[in-house]
Amino acid sequence: MAYNESDVFPTQVKILIAGGFGVGKTTFVGAASEIEPLNTEELITTASVGIDSLAGIEDKTTTTVALDFGRITIDQHGIVLYLFGTPGQQRFWFMWDELSAGALGAIVLADTRRLQACFEAVDFFESRGISFLVAVNEFDGAYRYEPEEIRSALELDPRVPIVMCDARERASATETLRALIQHLLTAAVPSPSA
Amino acid sequence: MSMTAAGDDEVWLDDDAGPLVRPYTVSAGRTRPTVELDLLSLVIATGRHPAGVDQEHLRVLNLCRGPLSVAEVAAHMRLPIVVTKVLVADLVECEAMATRAPRPTSGASDRVLLEKLLDGLQRI
Repeated sequence: MAYNESDVFPTQVKILIAGGFGVGKTTFVGAASEIEPLNTEELITTASVGIDSLAGIEDKTTTTVALDFGRITIDQHGIVLYLFGTPGQQRFWFMWDELSAGALGAIVLADTRRLQACFEAVDFFESRGISFLVAVNEFDGAYRYEPEEIRSALELDPRVPIVMCDARERASATETLRALIQHLLTAAVPSPSA
Repeated sequence: MSMTAAGDDEVWLDDDAGPLVRPYTVSAGRTRPTVELDLLSLVIATGRHPAGVDQEHLRVLNLCRGPLSVAEVAAHMRLPIVVTKVLVADLVECEAMATRAPRPTSGASDRVLLEKLLDGLQRI
């Protein structure tokens, strides 16, 4: 059966939610998503290259990585926005390559009690040229820092926005996504005087 | 496989060994899909009913009456992504499913797309 692709398939965009382990990525994805956050697992085999049959599988070491993702459908424009929480543990970093391919941008969640936990995510997106912003997840009891203190601690480029958010609240998570899109728009449009 | 003692819904679990039916059983041991798919590849059932497919393939078809990403299919099926890709690829090969790969570009410099996204997010 033939399909007119644009009738059947929406435009897809992907935004990554990154940050250290336990910083609230799953919570953020769940708050922003219109569906219950889905959780799937990527099965990793240490010797998967060139193996096509069952033979040998039982000898391989396998492990799984949980992947959180959510979806926001923008019906009026035929767009589906996917949110992917990136695996925080360092040993799963190789997965970031597939996740980040074709990503529109990223939100790096930061916990001011453990700012160093998001260094790696910041480095990753900077080195790949993927636009991102830093969203400070305001946990109860966390000391409130000024954005500029955080910028200085993370050695962020002055153009990288820093916003405050509450990853548990849908409105706050959505606002953070809007801030990212605004940031991308600023970068996408040359200034009129240029 | 002849675990006839277990009902369809019964999960075979052993605290030490984990699930007794290994994920690759579903994909008949295959670890590599025959059609190029990634997490965001969209798939949709075409309405064509292939003869002789098993329960797992039928469940995938039932899920995909509307377009769904491979990642979502995996989550609903509670199967690892790689196994899901094998099942979806089987269905694409026999034309029971159509697929479309995500765009190669991210859209980060597509002003029109960004404006639409912003507009959509403002209405939430």
